[in-house]
Amino acid sequence: MALDEYKPQKGGDELEQGHAFKYVGTRPDRPDGTDKVTGRARFGADITAPGMLHGAILRSPHAHARIVSIDTAKAEALDGVKAVVTRADFSDAIQPAPGMAGEMWNVLENVMAGDKALYDGHAIAAVAATSALTARDAVKLIEVTYEVLPHVTDVDAAMADDAPVIRDGTADKSVPPGLHPNVVRYHQSGHGDVATGFAEADLVIEDSFTTEATHQGYIEPHACLGILGGDGKGELWCCTQGHWNVQKICAALLDLETSQLRVTASEIGGGFGGKTTVFIEPVALALSRKANKPVKLVMSRAEVFRATGPTASTSMDIKIGMNKDGTITAAQGVFRAQGGAFPGAPMEFTAMCAFAPYNLANVHQVGYDVMTNRPKQAAYRAPGSPMAAFAVESVIDELCNQLGLDPLEVRLKNASREGTRASYGPKFQRIGLVETIEAAMAHPHYSAPLEPGQGRGISCGFWFNHGGETSVTLALSEDGSAQIMVGTPDIGGSRSSMALMAAEVLGIPYENIRVTVADTASLGYNEVSHGSRVTYASGLATIKAAEAAVRELCRRAAAKWGIEEDAVYWEDGYAKPSGPNAGDFEPLHISKITRRMGATGGPINGHFEATPEGAGVSFATHIVDAEVDPETGSTKVVRYTVVQDAGKAIHPTYVEGQFQGGAAQGIGWALNEEYIYGADGRLQNAGFLDYRIPVASDLPMIDTVIVEVPNPGHPYGVRGVGETSICPPLAAIANAVSAAAGVRMRNLPMSPPRILAALEEQSGG
Amino acid sequence: MRYLSPASFDDAIAQAAQAPGVTRFLAGGTDVLVQMRADIVTPDTLIDIKKIPGTHDIARAPDGGWTIGVAVTGAEMREHVDLGADWPGLVEAMDLIGSTQVQGRATLTGNLCNASPAADSVPAMIAAGVTLTVTGPEGSRTVAAEDIPTGPGQTSLARGELVTAVHIPPRGAGGGDAYLRFIPRTEMDIAVVGCGVNLTVEGDTITAARVALGAVAPTARLAPQAASAIIGTTLDDAALDALAAAASAACAPIDDKRGTVKFRTHIAGVLARRAAKIAYDRARKAQ
Repeated sequence: MALDEYKPQKGGDELEQGHAFKYVGTRPDRPDGTDKVTGRARFGADITAPGMLHGAILRSPHAHARIVSIDTAKAEALDGVKAVVTRADFSDAIQPAPGMAGEMWNVLENVMAGDKALYDGHAIAAVAATSALTARDAVKLIEVTYEVLPHVTDVDAAMADDAPVIRDGTADKSVPPGLHPNVVRYHQSGHGDVATGFAEADLVIEDSFTTEATHQGYIEPHACLGILGGDGKGELWCCTQGHWNVQKICAALLDLETSQLRVTASEIGGGFGGKTTVFIEPVALALSRKANKPVKLVMSRAEVFRATGPTASTSMDIKIGMNKDGTITAAQGVFRAQGGAFPGAPMEFTAMCAFAPYNLANVHQVGYDVMTNRPKQAAYRAPGSPMAAFAVESVIDELCNQLGLDPLEVRLKNASREGTRASYGPKFQRIGLVETIEAAMAHPHYSAPLEPGQGRGISCGFWFNHGGETSVTLALSEDGSAQIMVGTPDIGGSRSSMALMAAEVLGIPYENIRVTVADTASLGYNEVSHGSRVTYASGLATIKAAEAAVRELCRRAAAKWGIEEDAVYWEDGYAKPSGPNAGDFEPLHISKITRRMGATGGPINGHFEATPEGAGVSFATHIVDAEVDPETGSTKVVRYTVVQDAGKAIHPTYVEGQFQGGAAQGIGWALNEEYIYGADGRLQNAGFLDYRIPVASDLPMIDTVIVEVPNPGHPYGVRGVGETSICPPLAAIANAVSAAAGVRMRNLPMSPPRILAALEEQSGG
Repeated sequence: MRYLSPASFDDAIAQAAQAPGVTRFLAGGTDVLVQMRADIVTPDTLIDIKKIPGTHDIARAPDGGWTIGVAVTGAEMREHVDLGADWPGLVEAMDLIGSTQVQGRATLTGNLCNASPAADSVPAMIAAGVTLTVTGPEGSRTVAAEDIPTGPGQTSLARGELVTAVHIPPRGAGGGDAYLRFIPRTEMDIAVVGCGVNLTVEGDTITAARVALGAVAPTARLAPQAASAIIGTTLDDAALDALAAAASAACAPIDDKRGTVKFRTHIAGVLARRAAKIAYDRARKAQ
């Protein structure tokens, strides 16, 4: 979810009370399953075109350097090289501006460096050649003269007075005077009076925490094929979470008319937020325009690590006061986040999510967005929220320990409920936090005995969820089957969920519905698949589009029977007269109507376009058991239970998969994943060997409990589920590890050397 | 780039002698191909030794030891029941490398000649007393495993020389070996520290031992003081403490992204202790 798109949800009363579901809530096979297991599915790198060239990108070896000159003559002279591009081949109409107002310029600057290389891996120039190896060789022939500048990669160091300035004038008006120019945005929010609240507390704990940058770690590297002619008309195939956004950005960066660039989203091998922007797509198009040939660009894994967006790293100070009965009297947090050499670290989400699970009279949060010489951060699954939960829930855990209170009882006592004024401003509509805590308390995991050396941790977590611009069309075929065009790339099983919701409305089998992710020329605008919005927003639009088709089906039946339209209703795939007064007609099956639709008024379609704003916020409660080897500092997660409010689980298997996926990524983030920079500012671990995502054998079976507290903003009660699942894990695991090791862990990742060092420090060694 | 697949070691040596520029011998390719793909090395000549007869054989040697062909994969070693019964530690060390797919390609010889200080099979080979036949234009010589790597990515092999066979000594009665490594994950990782222990017992007393460490110095290395600490003992707590202290003392590691000097030095002692217990247990059962 992009920073400028967040707005508090308005709620709404779409919910169809008392709906008896026939298809929704079942677990049919995924429609893309056969394609994926047989290799038929086409991912970004699988697209080819006649006469295609291969691209390669030259990247900066320096963390911060002025680009004095770029000489491409030798590369251009190499046999097989058809085009070389630099920043001069992109739009010069886009101007920098402070803060997020300059985001299009920021994206351009990130796609291809201008005056300066801003991080190790920053794109400097690119080549298209007749083979991938020739392109790789040609890149080495490009001669760049750099003037190396001092660099900074740590968030706290980047705020210090003596830190090198990355780009003066980037700070927007939110930033208070007196801060380093690397602090580019500032946020504060809250209510009440925290000083009074702390004075009332029986115990106040103040502590500081850090988290490292982690990468989304999608299995599919970025890949695209671009075709752009001198006439300004282009085609682009790429793996992305949102191809309308790709269309918009590429058109701007290359001075094209948006509608003249058709973008098709391939199957996607994971995104988790990291594919909500562009990196190589405009470069492929610029090379294609220059070479007048299709150009394919595929990133290596090292390029993915060095030059795409990991999440922010953070440094946080938390202060919470609690009474002996567990009531939180006041809470405040300071959240400093770096998101690379550009504005955009999601510090306001960190601040706003931090205390959202709790009903607080006095709460205050502050955020700083800080620039460093690192790659431009991209969204990662509930951007900003997991770090906040880690810091806040660690302090609550410590308060519970010192006051001898049950951690779930304390969460329940302070839990936000319907009508609670959220820590970030609005009043909560109907929410399901209490239900997740109660389900966690009742779960056998919570009362199961622990083995020696093990500890148990719990945490709550919160994410906003999002609606966003959405278009869906549905077309009925002559045989009564249906095809649905959605514009939200399927990153978590959404095609299946759309088919189930359409099946529910149309009353036809799931298997009779095919859902396609349409290209930008085949459907109206759709926002990116982000903010856990797809099953909510595209789902809502699918239901409404199907309802529009049903209304037309009823009209055709009414015309055939010669009765009023409102005397016909739709049930289970049939048009039926609404009662004895309407007349005695044999129910008319959908296929009987569609077979004659050409002669009875034309094709029957449905469509819906809107920006739904009733995405219900979502909460989760996680329980984790961890075991720490005190001799090696090694941690094993031995049991894990996710309890989360899904509103309504359309396809429960996919919902469980989202719950497990968030927990799995959280385990990696908590224990081993981190961007490691050397003193030279270069990334030390740009590969999966030393960037340690958990492997299957690192994980226990992750148990899931789906809580369903319907969202009033969706006809079937859906809440997004994809992101909330990664909010509690860092905290829950940290609490479990701290309990098992007997020492509070304040810095992620909790790698074995860190745990051993903490144990040694505690024992005074 | 030229790809050659000679039918004999003599041909391989002759081809290497004539090849200009950068030459790489290719066995399983789990290092060479990765380095080529990562643009670390682009050989002018690639000499594939897998098609040479005998390179896939695991054979009992006349002295009761084992001769392992240079293209024998980790998976083939693990499936060889008699080899595993004699040298479980060495087989387990090889089996720790990579994924199931990598196990279908990776070889002991490749792991040794890649000369990574963190190679898993190498401390186990050193502890076991493995020797290699090295053949080149000047003929053949026998080299101890610990004398092959000379530094990260560097070996004692002369230009045109290659390893043509791996020799594992006879196990004998009362012998047991073990290899343990520390990794932050449970698999698919690179050793932060590795430790191989090979020992022989008579009754409950250790009569001979070799201890080798990986990833704590520029090469995997033998730790004779660590072995001395347990020879003549029944691996009691005092012996284990002395072993751990000697293993830690034998470390000369670096601080890097995978671990600190302090952490590696400490873990070497922990692993030596744990590996020795396993080897001791195996040895007593093998009497």
